[in-house]
Amino acid sequence: MGLDFGFMQKYLPWYIDAAILTVRVSFFGILFSLVVGVICSVIRYYKIPVLQRIVSVYIEISRNTPLLVQLFFLYFGLPKIGIVWSAEICAVVGLAFLGGSYMSESIRSGLESVEKSQIESAASLGMSKALTMKEVIFPQALASSVPGICANVIFLIKETSVVSGIALADLMYVTKDLIGLYYETDEALIMLVAFYLVILLPVSVLASLIERRLRYAGFGN
Amino acid sequence: MQDSGIKVLFMGKNFLRLLEGLWVTLRISLIAVIISIPLGILFGMFMTLKNPISRAVSRVYLEFIRIMPQLVLLFIAYFGVTRTFGLNLSAEVSAVIVFVLWGTAEMGDLVRGALISIPKHQYDSAAALGMNRIQTFWYVVIPQTMRRLIPLTINLTTRMIKTTSLVVLIGMTEVLKVGKQIIDANRFEYPTAALWIYGVIFLLYFLACWPISMLAKKLEKRWR
Repeated sequence: MGLDFGFMQKYLPWYIDAAILTVRVSFFGILFSLVVGVICSVIRYYKIPVLQRIVSVYIEISRNTPLLVQLFFLYFGLPKIGIVWSAEICAVVGLAFLGGSYMSESIRSGLESVEKSQIESAASLGMSKALTMKEVIFPQALASSVPGICANVIFLIKETSVVSGIALADLMYVTKDLIGLYYETDEALIMLVAFYLVILLPVSVLASLIERRLRYAGFGN
Repeated sequence: MQDSGIKVLFMGKNFLRLLEGLWVTLRISLIAVIISIPLGILFGMFMTLKNPISRAVSRVYLEFIRIMPQLVLLFIAYFGVTRTFGLNLSAEVSAVIVFVLWGTAEMGDLVRGALISIPKHQYDSAAALGMNRIQTFWYVVIPQTMRRLIPLTINLTTRMIKTTSLVVLIGMTEVLKVGKQIIDANRFEYPTAALWIYGVIFLLYFLACWPISMLAKKLEKRWR
């Protein structure tokens, strides 16, 4: 198959814009899902009465529905009761809604891996509960939940590919547009794969580097 | 009127149509899971071979399938293959192909993980008892891997169901598309229909996946 390089060059800026959008949505989505994840995992860790129930319902709902359906509900459904968000905000909210539960599961397993003796030692030093969390439990938990978090980050970046469903001009959207406009299918698809590799490969390599580095960070083993 | 939208659901055969739409994606995921389980088991065994070429091949396959968003794979199968090879695959066939390829990769990795988790002394003990390779596999390896694999495979099924919702983006008429048709048909009479229809679709997916993941969780706990 002869590739039309002129075409690829001409539409490169479209892809770059789209890639920036994909990265921006993923960045904010992942940031907020980490925030949601930390809050939810701390609530579940301390078994705070009512909130714990709400969090576990949220986690079940978010883990058992596809992102695309969540986005359709946010973008097309909610405006009918007066909540109107732009497509990009919907995408970030949807991603945070989905990612929050995945992050929370990873962080919680990290929190639970911190030994009881650590907490007791902190208590015997007279540290308050909040200080113990901040200085003793959380740093250690983070180290052991990093592999899970990294896997979630990659998963969430991949999930952003569905935002084209709510008319955001991401990589998928541009590709579909170009295929529909000019029938340059091979070129458009090759650019699509290349751009996703450019975004995802460094993240994946970085993730495995961090994981390898953190294997030495474990306490007492 | 705020509460009129929900009436759309029960007009005519609307609810039935939504269920039929959901069945389209469920069917694809069921077919894909059923085909990818045996293929994935073979692929997982293939990955544990010590041969460097088979290792490299399986690694590249696994990494490529894993790093690409499933939607990209769907686009390649649906738009790219049609164009490059002149094969006219329907959206459903290309979806099944993509999800089988993806399921095989994921299942293969699960099988590989389960296989290498079996300590070497298990093989040595089997050899000491005079078992041959097939007997070792049948009586020693499979019973131990099964306990680990079944919950993970059930989880893979829920992931498959969730991911097959993407087929609407390659133009298949599934539950989201049917929902949109219903909303559009009632746009002027029931402007709030979108909220209810998409809310119901949300709920339907939850009802399809939740029992399955509960089952996986239960089995995982019991067999630990």
